[in-house]
Amino acid sequence: MPRRLFGPLCLLALGAAPALGDEVTSYTLDNGMQVVVIEDHRAPVVTQMVWYRIGSSDEPPGHSGIAHFLEHLMFQGTDDLAAGELSATVEENGGTDNAFTSYDYTAYFQRVAADRLGLMMQMEADRMRDLQLTEDDVATERQVILEERSQRTDSDPGALLNEQMSAAQFLNHPYGIPVIGWRHEMEKLSRKDALDFYQANYAPNNAILVVAGDVQPEAVLALAKEYYGPVAPSDRIVPRDRPQEPPQLAERRLVLSDERVSEPYLIRSYLAPERNTGDQKEAAALTILAQLLGGDPINSVLAKSLQFDRKIAVWAAAGYDGTTVDPDTFSLYASPVPGTSLADLEAAMDEVIAKFLKDGPDAEQLARIKTQIRASEIYARDDSGGLARSYGQALAVGLTVKDVQDWPAILQAVTAEDVMAAAAKVLNRDQAVTGWLTAKKGEAQ
Amino acid sequence: MILRSLAVLVALALPVQAETAIQAVTSPGGIKAWLVEDHTIPFVALELRFQGGNSLDLAGKRGAVNLMTATLEEGAGAMDSQGFAAARDSLAAQIGFSSDGDGVSVSSQFLTENRDQGVTLLREALVNPRFDQDAVDRVKGQVLANLRAGAEDPGTIAGDLMAARTYGSHPYGSNGDGTIDSVTALTRDDVVTAWKGAIARDRVFVSAAGDISPEDLGKLLDRLLGDLPATGAPLPGKAEITLKGGLMLKPYPGPQSVVQFTQGGIRFDDPDYFAAVLLNEILGGGRFSARLMTEVREKRGLTYGIGTGLASYDHAETLVGQFQASNEKVAEAIKVIRAEWAKVAAEGVTPEELARAKTYMTGAYPLRFDGNSTIASILVGMQIMGLPTDYPRTRNQRVEAVTLEDVKRVAARLIKPDELFFVVVGGATGLTPTE
Repeated sequence: MPRRLFGPLCLLALGAAPALGDEVTSYTLDNGMQVVVIEDHRAPVVTQMVWYRIGSSDEPPGHSGIAHFLEHLMFQGTDDLAAGELSATVEENGGTDNAFTSYDYTAYFQRVAADRLGLMMQMEADRMRDLQLTEDDVATERQVILEERSQRTDSDPGALLNEQMSAAQFLNHPYGIPVIGWRHEMEKLSRKDALDFYQANYAPNNAILVVAGDVQPEAVLALAKEYYGPVAPSDRIVPRDRPQEPPQLAERRLVLSDERVSEPYLIRSYLAPERNTGDQKEAAALTILAQLLGGDPINSVLAKSLQFDRKIAVWAAAGYDGTTVDPDTFSLYASPVPGTSLADLEAAMDEVIAKFLKDGPDAEQLARIKTQIRASEIYARDDSGGLARSYGQALAVGLTVKDVQDWPAILQAVTAEDVMAAAAKVLNRDQAVTGWLTAKKGEAQ
Repeated sequence: MILRSLAVLVALALPVQAETAIQAVTSPGGIKAWLVEDHTIPFVALELRFQGGNSLDLAGKRGAVNLMTATLEEGAGAMDSQGFAAARDSLAAQIGFSSDGDGVSVSSQFLTENRDQGVTLLREALVNPRFDQDAVDRVKGQVLANLRAGAEDPGTIAGDLMAARTYGSHPYGSNGDGTIDSVTALTRDDVVTAWKGAIARDRVFVSAAGDISPEDLGKLLDRLLGDLPATGAPLPGKAEITLKGGLMLKPYPGPQSVVQFTQGGIRFDDPDYFAAVLLNEILGGGRFSARLMTEVREKRGLTYGIGTGLASYDHAETLVGQFQASNEKVAEAIKVIRAEWAKVAAEGVTPEELARAKTYMTGAYPLRFDGNSTIASILVGMQIMGLPTDYPRTRNQRVEAVTLEDVKRVAARLIKPDELFFVVVGGATGLTPTE
């Protein structure tokens, strides 16, 4: 599942998982598998997630999409399970299951009644090492992922722009390659490619188990030892030393014109540092910066200037995640009102940014964002599955439970000066890609 | 509308767990609400739904309720747009307004520490909205941008074509966001009229879940809703479904086509309703093992995903489905769907399929109840459907009571291969449109 980069609706996340010190327990099994338990006893439900520290950016060159293709194929059989039996068993128990792949991780999850956790672990542990694939299964599922690419990417000009922008943003790092894969490489992915990738990367010492819901930590640990404990670790797990970016010295610009576009917009993405274990301060400042510039659709700096004062944008937003293995992006978005060109909107956006870099944040706005971050710790506890996802994602990119629990306090400690320092460093057009999505050729000029 | 109807189905099929204690609360001022009290987390989720929604649009004013709903958060009382947003954010209150063909929904969450202030803010938005001209104009610009984008979105195009085909001149038959022309012509007065018609006490359903007592909830509701008008605009009547079997092809560029298919459905109060739910689950429900998913995706690789759902609106019922597929694969996929439709209508389902679907539905049932916001939303839906507070204790029994014969009977009665209508938007090849 390709990460979705774009959209004003997905920019509200403050990245603030709650501290939750008392309700989170973690262990490491003897075979190296990490275990995190998040307690929520309000309903008799449990979410099991197994995260592998392997994603599309760990693929061998020329085999783009194999991490995601393997994710699909993991629902085929094992020596003990017939093809489709795992999902069928989950469903028969009233549960749901699925999986997703990103640049840095691949995760599998089930949501079931809490007393079925052992059965879920038994099946998940089974497919960690014993996947079996037939040529027929692989051929049919290859058609499914090609349809998925057609549906999610090729049918959506905005998704195509994101893909082209990532390819331009990363001069050397595999974040420039789409998670779903390039079509010409997807078409050639084979059973052997999938099994090679599986055997090299799927092992308990490359995995994190996250269990969230109506469970007791000791009981989860006992079950984890029973089902995952016997799975042998792999000696083939290697550090994630991906090709890194050279200095980026020149701005890149691109225009994607498509007859299916009605509302043009522009995206500016800047190379930006990520959260690192024991060192999350700069990422925290960037998280707050994104909220200040484009977090709220009415009160953010970009919305106020472009929508209210100048009345030249229909919407404007900013986005930053930072929960990645390697440096990723900080992005700005804006869509013009009819009669305003993308060139004029972009110039105005750059004026707003320049003014922000001179004046700094509004103290009241910064205070409101801190209040919302504090509240987001409370609201987040309402969704234990979401908490499982927050912990799993962080641990899969190399952060620790402590990093996750420290994060809200680090966000609270961010000062206006921290924000300005991070903004001055990151909002550098030499390290940026500017993408325009336009309705048809010619309008861009 | 199709996607929304699938969401409605989920709410119908999977209500709250049996152990859940739902309290019926009546405020001192007479406002009724349902409450699930849980003091674990210091906030409350409050869900309001005003029945009617964009189906209350007056003639020539299509899109007025949608525009009104989108402008509710743009200033109230002494606060303009930015003042309202700042007040909300300084309380870290979460307030969302939305509308559809059956209602206006208000989903909110308030921290316990400043709940009274948050409720005051929401009251201002509902009772004293400003609808400043510049706010109306700005939001109208956003709505028009969405409409222009929708005109280039194959899913929206298909949904609009199918709605018109299914419901004709009933409000369900047109896009509740309006048209470019109708929205362009809307004035501030139209927005105010829409507000008076749609936001009234005679049509509101209320639920709460989380950190609040019944007494406090009662007081809160009188303060929040007590000053709203007692009555609003009359609700629309029943929609007549005008579908006959066939296929419509709307050309659109791109590698894939969006395909929607629809036929008549079944009412929730029909004695065969749960047999129909199980039937749909087996035929095209969300599980990977559903027949359509198996035949169209797993065996043939024709699509990334396909599903069907029983859509129950306040004034109509349909059975709907949707998928996307490469243009050259659409014809084969439709052939497979038609064959599965005919097969299930003639033969019903197998005992194994029924047993698996029952285990799934009864097992999934308690899992719905897993968070204050989710619970508040489900509770409003149950009230609108007229269910009792103890419904959760009886619901699984109704599923278990369905026999193989029941499903066979309802399949023969409900599944109508000759009435199935397809809308295809894209460059699909090898099809024979009937019009």
